Amino acid sequence: MAALVLTAPQDMLARTAAELISKHGGVDRQRQLRDAGDELAYSPEVWAEMADLGWLGIPFAEDYGGLGMGMAETVLITEAMGRGLAPEPFVSAVVFAGGLIADAGAAEQRTAWLPQLIDGEKRLAPALLEAGSRYGLDRVETRAQPNGAGWSLSGEKVQVVGGVGADGFLIAARTEGGDDGLTLFLVPAAADGLEVVAQKRVDSRNSAIVRLNDVQVGAGSVVGDVCGGLEPLGRAVDRATVAVCGEMLGVMTEAFERTIEYLKSRSQFGVLIGTFQALKHRAAKMFIEIELSRSTVMAAARALDEGSDDAQLQVSNAKARCSDALILVTNEALQMHGGIGMTDEHDIGLFMKRARALEFAFGDAAFHRQRFAALRGF
Amino acid sequence: MSDLTAFREKARAWVEANSPEFLRGKASDPKAWAAGGRKASFTYPESRDWLLAAADRGFSVPTWPEQYGGAGLSRDEALVLQEEIARLALPMPLTGFGYSMIGPTLLDHGTEGQRAEHLPKIARGEIRWCQGYSEPNAGSDLASLATSAVRDGDFYVINGQKVWTSGADEADWIFMLVRTDPDVKKQRGITFILVDMESPGVEVRPIRLISGASPFCETFFHNVRAPVHQVIGDVNSGWTVAKALLGHERTSIGGMGRGGARTSLPDLARDYVSVDEEGRIDDPALRERIIQCEMDAMSYGLTVKRHGDGLEAGHKPGPESSMFKYYGTELNMRREELMLSIRGPQALGWEGEGFEPAELNQTRTWLRSRANSIEGGTSEIQLNIIAKRVLGLPD
Repeated sequence: MAALVLTAPQDMLARTAAELISKHGGVDRQRQLRDAGDELAYSPEVWAEMADLGWLGIPFAEDYGGLGMGMAETVLITEAMGRGLAPEPFVSAVVFAGGLIADAGAAEQRTAWLPQLIDGEKRLAPALLEAGSRYGLDRVETRAQPNGAGWSLSGEKVQVVGGVGADGFLIAARTEGGDDGLTLFLVPAAADGLEVVAQKRVDSRNSAIVRLNDVQVGAGSVVGDVCGGLEPLGRAVDRATVAVCGEMLGVMTEAFERTIEYLKSRSQFGVLIGTFQALKHRAAKMFIEIELSRSTVMAAARALDEGSDDAQLQVSNAKARCSDALILVTNEALQMHGGIGMTDEHDIGLFMKRARALEFAFGDAAFHRQRFAALRGF
Repeated sequence: MSDLTAFREKARAWVEANSPEFLRGKASDPKAWAAGGRKASFTYPESRDWLLAAADRGFSVPTWPEQYGGAGLSRDEALVLQEEIARLALPMPLTGFGYSMIGPTLLDHGTEGQRAEHLPKIARGEIRWCQGYSEPNAGSDLASLATSAVRDGDFYVINGQKVWTSGADEADWIFMLVRTDPDVKKQRGITFILVDMESPGVEVRPIRLISGASPFCETFFHNVRAPVHQVIGDVNSGWTVAKALLGHERTSIGGMGRGGARTSLPDLARDYVSVDEEGRIDDPALRERIIQCEMDAMSYGLTVKRHGDGLEAGHKPGPESSMFKYYGTELNMRREELMLSIRGPQALGWEGEGFEPAELNQTRTWLRSRANSIEGGTSEIQLNIIAKRVLGLPD
């Protein structure tokens, strides 16, 4: 495996990303967007600037206007976004949806969509979850019926991240006829019978229900092979999972550093509370968990980039580790802030709310522990 | 072909040509390990052959410069060599405090004369070392140590008692901390000095432990004379040298948390617990603990690698050794506990009939492992160090 250190260009990218996020207000911006209650829930001007910097094209080939980089760079962007709780739908639109088109899409689909996605003119949203699917990628009730040369889609997707304002959706549907396998469809948001309803989640992010009522699509809307959707979907989910791990790393690092600063500034009983050994040891254990998490994220990103045999194992190891560490750190952060942490006015609660959404994205720790064991054959 | 791949081929060929057949598969048999020394007794004569073959090639201390008996390997090359040795489940050719602790400390803090005198003898396994740090009243609070050294011409005269001196009864030399100035802040009056264990006035008494073994001793010093040129670093600056050495010690103890050529927990569980129709270990709670332990070991191994890659890339080493010491030992102890749980009642053997040799060995290694979070600075001390030196939390 490649060295687990940042190269000079990667280090530069990480610093540029951090500067962009803080220039636009950092965590304050997330609070303002939440309070404004706009369903888009992110800043189009920040999205446009990310496009200008080339970040929306990070994982895509230069032929399409991309930067031709990998997951090792992608996680640097998501980590910076996590630190500032930046709500732009980078993981869903770029890593997941764009990555799926680049990986499994036909040449016409790639040419039609990738340059526009990279420029920020168009945005796609992957519609993965259904009310009963939990973490099983094949637990899909949405159906695709053959209809002439095309297909008719019916079903309901929930918590579609970045769904509000998306130009199109990637929909997994159970295919009638054939072996009842999963087929992926690229469906324009403007299609007849497709309805988008904004949802409100605890983390105040852009999230939607997407209802499909006999939506008619042509044969050319199939991404990859008919009944062959599960494999490319699994690969896209692995990439998105590692991108999410990068964000988790950013959230836990920032919440932790704010907590350490609090321990150094808050006094009780006439002394700084950071002098108490009961808190010191817990802080030191959190530090170790964050260090371990960082190693797993760097390793998983490089394993995917290198196409290693153990890439899936590394992905599940990273997601399980980051999920447990993030919940530990954000819960401890609130506890160590005491009463002030319970107020809406204080930012630490925003980190805890986002943490929960990240924990459940693409499988929690328990799910990934089971996957790890299954991959190892015990 | 990358340089590392080329090196791996060379290392593999060398290991296959030079390692005794008999030692293959004996990586975890303590009787196969060689710590060397004047009093060395090799249970298996092959251990001596293996040590000497490695020493001839510089592979007993692979990262040390060639002039001191090493092979001048980079950290990555040394790791490759270690992997190739582990591939045949061979023991490392040389173990002990000379290789893991005083050697690296002399490379960092010794004079040219001190290095030239001591390092080649360590590399060839001629001299075995022990460590004189702890005292009956200086455990976690090590800096309060009281063993005194008073200057008398070209000598220091040492009086006092050390405890937990590993292998003192088999060692030839000791590196130790002595108080050379009792009137200053406790850390500022300590000196790091080397002493020949054959010096008149040194007395060693082994301590019997809960595992039944006696790897540790009490060591007494009655007017022991050591030449002043055996001081490492400056007089009264021993605490700085001691902390650097503790860093090597912690990394070495923490290293036990890494995978390597060891019993596979899933394999052991398949033997003792059996599996269900789908091949899963047929005890869900135990299986969860095994999964967690395997994932923790993987994450820890990646963190050790990341730290090493950082050093290679020129990052400065920090107080991370406390993190490795804490996590590596806690992980190893958890692993030992887990192996007891997997073996169940068969892990209760002490000696005699009714138990396999591996089971009897398990009992002892589990008991031995309980010291991991105490020796080299307790887990609680490591957490204090992280809180203070990494996180900057106030005293």
